[in-house]
Amino acid sequence: MELEQYLRRYPPEQTYVLEILSDYQRSKPTQHLTKDELKVIADYLAIPESHISAIVAFYSFFSMKPRGRFIIQICRDVPCHVSSKFDVVATLEKLLGAKMGQTTEDKLFTLEYTSCLGSCDGAPAVRINDTIHKSVTPEQLGQLIEDCRGGRHD
Amino acid sequence: MIEQKLITKNIGKIDPKSLASYMAFNGYKMLRKALRLGKEHIIEQIEIARLRGRGGAGFPMASKLKAVATQLVTPKYMICNADEGEPGNFKDRYLIENNPHLIIEGMTIIAYATGIERGFVYIRGEYKEAYDVLASAIEAAREKGLLGKNILRKGMNFDIEIRRGAGSYVCGEEFALIESIEGKAGRTRVKPPFPTTEGLFQKPTLINNVETFATVPTIIEMGGKAFSAIGTESSTGTKLISLSGNVRHKGVYEVPFGVSLRDVIKTLGGGAEKGRKIRMVQLSGACGPIIPEYMLDMTIDYDRFEIFESKTGAGAIIVIDDRFDMFEILVRIGAFFAHESCGKCTPCREGIFQMNRLLEKFNEYRATEADLQLLETLARTIHQTSLCGLGQTAATATISTLHYFRSKYIDRIEKSSLQEGVTNA
Repeated sequence: MELEQYLRRYPPEQTYVLEILSDYQRSKPTQHLTKDELKVIADYLAIPESHISAIVAFYSFFSMKPRGRFIIQICRDVPCHVSSKFDVVATLEKLLGAKMGQTTEDKLFTLEYTSCLGSCDGAPAVRINDTIHKSVTPEQLGQLIEDCRGGRHD
Repeated sequence: MIEQKLITKNIGKIDPKSLASYMAFNGYKMLRKALRLGKEHIIEQIEIARLRGRGGAGFPMASKLKAVATQLVTPKYMICNADEGEPGNFKDRYLIENNPHLIIEGMTIIAYATGIERGFVYIRGEYKEAYDVLASAIEAAREKGLLGKNILRKGMNFDIEIRRGAGSYVCGEEFALIESIEGKAGRTRVKPPFPTTEGLFQKPTLINNVETFATVPTIIEMGGKAFSAIGTESSTGTKLISLSGNVRHKGVYEVPFGVSLRDVIKTLGGGAEKGRKIRMVQLSGACGPIIPEYMLDMTIDYDRFEIFESKTGAGAIIVIDDRFDMFEILVRIGAFFAHESCGKCTPCREGIFQMNRLLEKFNEYRATEADLQLLETLARTIHQTSLCGLGQTAATATISTLHYFRSKYIDRIEKSSLQEGVTNA
């Protein structure tokens, strides 16, 4: 869907800026926003471009750099840390051949840290795009990555 | 029986995706009752119940209700804070995913009592599943005339919109959250004025936590007096506890105020894992104090928690066993706050960064006596001079360990000097 179509879902009011940015960025396979797109959104909401740039810089969900089709986020807070029976970061880095913060060469995966996912009852928790996977094991992580590669994960 | 299920009594029985299922368990009956009781009577019952906010600060709800209800400025707004970003907390997610209509019913009762017609739920962006459940519940309520214009044909108007966060912890702080709904970066404002006089869009705003709203139908059902008989003198009713870390049974448990931490951890959580000992417990989340095992007989109570100069928090208990080093945990907590600080005020933005440098020295066996003194002064300064709750509580874990685990700091300084001796040789 084009950006203009996303804009039309919301009234041209500043209060909808996060909703627009979230929905539109999520729709792109690169899961990022460009300067030109920010200008279009800023014009629609009648706010300065600098304002929308500040928002994108402030909220960790938004990225100005292209990312993978699947963003894999690993919780690094205490409840997950103490409950992990294996090294989640090292396991995923090895499975994907990419380091934290990097995107795989096939542009399919980006590895990121996240703050608490509110799934401490299912620690360790990993989020792939919109879905939180709880109590993951190394085998499950391998399977999830296969599912992503095979188009069986949103 | 340690658990006492009041607000979670129907969880597991009702289908969260079905309004009919909620109705089958007396759903929206308390809204009907509230409309019969009248506005003043609702606020009076909440005052008699002595309900305090469940989001962390523990402010009496009736005071906020009166402050907003008496405002002549319109429109007035309501915000349900579902930006549950505090590490170790997941009870709001549990409530939304398992009983969304309870929250909607609670918000609607309060809307009637205060004369608010537009409400928002600000939910963290990470909670996609909870968002979907809540959005469809709101839609279903609207279709049945339980939200919107002329609710239950009693002439009352109220509707709820959802706003999603985008990965910012500080947006759980009330003014940062308000800024975020307004479409700005989530940076707090200087108080006063408080939200009840100048909140969202500069209008009077009532802001409460998910669990607080979810408790309202129970109070209408049983009456303020019966509710206040549960719990303790300073803390009435029940509290949802998010139990996590090194226990056998992690999860959300509803207990009356006044039970001990040990009871929750042992009886409900099954205690430490086999062959392990509890080394420390962090209360409230990353923002809370870390206490030693011998203090676990303390009770869950707003007043009891004040000894840490921190608030009760939203009821998280994070158990850490003897495999983990205290300084490693503190460094991890420090990194969290450094990442989440909004950068508006200096004590928080610069202070946390410097505090983490000192904590890293302890963690890496490079600490000196001077570092300890500096850490103490700095932690206090951050706590006392930060603008909002984030900075004010960012040093709580450090301050509490300086008190309860002082010997570990001394020990680390001694080991550091030995290490240095080896390096120099």
